[in-house]
Amino acid sequence: MRNSTRTWLGALSVTVSIVVFVVPFAFIVLTAVKDPQQAAQLDFSWPRHFRLVDNFVQVLEARDYILVIAFVNSVILTVASVTVMVVLGAMVAFVLQRRVTRWTGLINFLVLSGLIIPPAVVPTIWVLQKAGLFGTLPGLILVEIAFGLSFSILLFRAFIATIPRELDEAAIIDGASPLRLFLRVVLPMLRSVVVTVIVVQSVAVFNDFTNPLYFLPGEQNATVQLTLFNFQSQYSTSYNLLFMDILLITIPPLIMFLFFNRQIVAGMTAGAVKG
Amino acid sequence: MVAVAAVLPLVLSACSAGSLGSSGEEGDATSIKLLVDNAPDNLQSAQQLAKAFEAKNPKTKVSVETRPGGTEGDNLIKTRLQTDSMADLFVYNVGSLFQQIDPTKTLTPITQDPYVKNLDESFVPQVTVGGQTYGVPLGSALGGGVLYNRKVYDRLGLSVPRTWAEFIANSEKIKADGVTPVIQTYQDTWTSQLLVLGDFHNVSAAEPGFVKDYTANKAKYATDPNAFKGFQHLQQIHDLKLQNPDFASATLVKGLQMLATGKGAQYPMLSTVISGIKTSNPDQLNDIGFFALPGDDAATNGLTAWFPNALYVPKTTTGGKLAAVKKLLAFAASPAGCTAQAKASTPTGPYLVKGCTLPTDVPTITKDVAAYFTKGAQSPALEFLSPVKGPSLDQISVQVGSGITNAKTGATQYDNDTRKQAQQLGLSGW
Amino acid sequence: MTTVAPTPPKTTERAPTPVRARRAHGTHSSYPTWFYLPAAVIYGALFLIPTLASFYFSLTRWTIFKSTFIGLDNYTAFFQEPALVKGFVNTFLYAIVTSGLKVVLGLFLGILLTSQIRARGYLRSAVFFPVLVSTVGVGITFTAFMDPSTGAINKALSAIGVDGPGWLTDPSLALFSVALVDVWKGVGLATVIYIAGIVSIPDEYHEAAKLDGANAWQLLRNVVLPLSWPATSTVIILSLIGGLRSFDLIWAMTRGGPGFSSDVVASVIYKQYQAGFYGLSTAGNVILFLVVTAVIVPLSRFLARKEVQR
Repeated sequence: MRNSTRTWLGALSVTVSIVVFVVPFAFIVLTAVKDPQQAAQLDFSWPRHFRLVDNFVQVLEARDYILVIAFVNSVILTVASVTVMVVLGAMVAFVLQRRVTRWTGLINFLVLSGLIIPPAVVPTIWVLQKAGLFGTLPGLILVEIAFGLSFSILLFRAFIATIPRELDEAAIIDGASPLRLFLRVVLPMLRSVVVTVIVVQSVAVFNDFTNPLYFLPGEQNATVQLTLFNFQSQYSTSYNLLFMDILLITIPPLIMFLFFNRQIVAGMTAGAVKG
Repeated sequence: MVAVAAVLPLVLSACSAGSLGSSGEEGDATSIKLLVDNAPDNLQSAQQLAKAFEAKNPKTKVSVETRPGGTEGDNLIKTRLQTDSMADLFVYNVGSLFQQIDPTKTLTPITQDPYVKNLDESFVPQVTVGGQTYGVPLGSALGGGVLYNRKVYDRLGLSVPRTWAEFIANSEKIKADGVTPVIQTYQDTWTSQLLVLGDFHNVSAAEPGFVKDYTANKAKYATDPNAFKGFQHLQQIHDLKLQNPDFASATLVKGLQMLATGKGAQYPMLSTVISGIKTSNPDQLNDIGFFALPGDDAATNGLTAWFPNALYVPKTTTGGKLAAVKKLLAFAASPAGCTAQAKASTPTGPYLVKGCTLPTDVPTITKDVAAYFTKGAQSPALEFLSPVKGPSLDQISVQVGSGITNAKTGATQYDNDTRKQAQQLGLSGW
Repeated sequence: MTTVAPTPPKTTERAPTPVRARRAHGTHSSYPTWFYLPAAVIYGALFLIPTLASFYFSLTRWTIFKSTFIGLDNYTAFFQEPALVKGFVNTFLYAIVTSGLKVVLGLFLGILLTSQIRARGYLRSAVFFPVLVSTVGVGITFTAFMDPSTGAINKALSAIGVDGPGWLTDPSLALFSVALVDVWKGVGLATVIYIAGIVSIPDEYHEAAKLDGANAWQLLRNVVLPLSWPATSTVIILSLIGGLRSFDLIWAMTRGGPGFSSDVVASVIYKQYQAGFYGLSTAGNVILFLVVTAVIVPLSRFLARKEVQR
């Protein structure tokens, strides 16, 4: 009975997911391998000629292999900023949730503002210039951290609330320093949330295009989203190459997701053993 | 976790962005960066220009970088100029958008340079402010009017209309034949503005003082009978059901395909879409011709012209780079420069540099556009003559062209839109 | 990171409030203020200071190159925007539709994808995949699907005898069509957060409930829902802020059209910014900030209180 439920529920879900999620994905893939004329039709049809290799090579070679440079930049940017975002966000969330003072309300408000107010581009550039960081990768990394902190703090704070304080106290009585308490007791309990923040923020930073455009100008600094502009402009768009590019820059994060998805599942089984 | 945090600063300082790219400086060569928008025509022109220039000046390396076009590009240009982070040379619009980048403060004037004398007289005022000239054209001029399918015209025995009444009469005949007379593509909202913006030659022919009155907040689209006609035409096309039924969801690409394959006969458009037709329907390119949007008077029939973008030098470019950049400008303002550009991208109209001629194998559209220039039957579009241009014209004309609002409401909305813009620019009299 | 296994939670049923009361003197320093410091420096320098500076520019006519102080003129001008009332109505409609659906569907998918369902890995990837695709691609794809005559959706509908509407061309429908695509793109994010919430519920609860003979529904109502409350409240806050503020998909699919029918406040502001009205658009952002704050702050207080009461 239980097994059959699993099976028919699984079959139903797979069917629905094919209609809702796989069909649009198939559209992107099919358009990416069409010839330019057929791709411009933007209809859901079988390609007349398969131009997988041609289109792939064209996208890769466009503007002196800028896609490769963009990948390197985007990966460095994503790894560095997300790492800092996770550590600093969790630290703030930990103290913010545990220690309630009369400042807590204000801090909560400031954190929320980070989600509500769109960043002011020009004044931010002025600050970066004063610090000598404008147009540098570390500068952009710091910008991404600043803009992403609020989200991380909010998510961590909500989940730290579920960790019993008794655990903290036990560790404190054992003589744990604050740093040790945080790193050895609290963070491990947050494993699934850490993975979630990593996944969500990596996607956000990797797919960001406004901030690289303004804070890190110059061709050698391109990030992956900016490569889309090579194939799309006001008067003409090469849909086959645009979709090939979209496909190419979507697959690496998808692989990353598959990897971290296992981590979430691993978290579940670890929990099962523990229980 | 601790390990990662400790290693991070090292990683940050060790890696610089894009170290994969070829490095700029080689020996005693000067390397300059040229920033251009990503429209294939402009990009390819710039690349070929750079290549031809490098061949003549082996000591100078020109690397072409791209930026988004449209309003995103406007903001990027302004931000980079204001923060002194502009490339050594950049491409941007001429006319009123050029005035908005505060040229006297941000750009280096080239008024005294000898090559400025090579520029077409009609172009110089577009890049001149306060008596100083700042730019050299990149690419060719273009026309705003009607692209039409010549095979359909021949089959039905039609001739190019010289008045709006003739245009409507032609359209009715085309409709009776079962072909869509007028193509409209409101999914790409900007394409909806052509009937208004492209009608400007007729406005200024009927009312030479319009630009002055309009800029001084005296003439209005809703109340000036000549200016109002563009909105009326937009409504008329919808009322007479001359549009393709899927006008609301059609895109520019679809519109061009309809035109090329003869499913539609006429498309109010800019001649700059030649490259688009080349991509989607290369074999039919020469079936398509161009005529200016006709007005009431056949005697003053003429073209509303758009000027090409220009190359500008920011104040931040100095020393050896400035000298190299000026050499490149001189090259761009010479027949050799035009030839290089024509090799890379199909011209959409004449080049505005003295001594430049169009190759003989240009598409029909280009020949038709150039003919108006040769005849002298052209006026610049309003946006090159007046800084007043409302930002919401595309949405407003979609509403009128879709029958959501009528011409009068649309024109009034646009007048309010321009008032807001003029106030934001701080123009006097608003 | 995983070397020290924490002592399993003994009990969390007791309300945490008394803990604070009997907090030992020394405990204070276990949550040191310097934990704030690095984040505060980055956030303050690169977000708060520029934001405050931009608030000043909302009182000026600003061309990026020069600014002239004009008092509250921008605010008056913003309130005179013809599309403003419609924009606010659309903003709230869009926010309620998108966040409502994301919260409900996200919870449903979260539960489904943490159960012992078959093909779980594939399903999770399928649900999350839209989050990864760039907005440009999503916009083009769904604009093509929603084409009234040639689009895949209406073709499929006509195959079963239904005459599909003009999803994006009908002014009364365009906003909702975009909202649905927004949900499609964003539900994976909500799901992932729910999954994290459900996964971090200690197994003891499941087992205790099973020992008590609880059925699936009771398990959901009495264990999963209350204990994944942090996830729920985070998803509500995030998707509501997102719904009130977002316009990128609207911009990619309709540009606020047909006409002005799918404009939201954020897209009106964006258009002002694109037109070079920097002072005016900053004033608009300040107003939108105040409106969103007026909705979000009370809501987040309310949600936090529920959390404590659990």
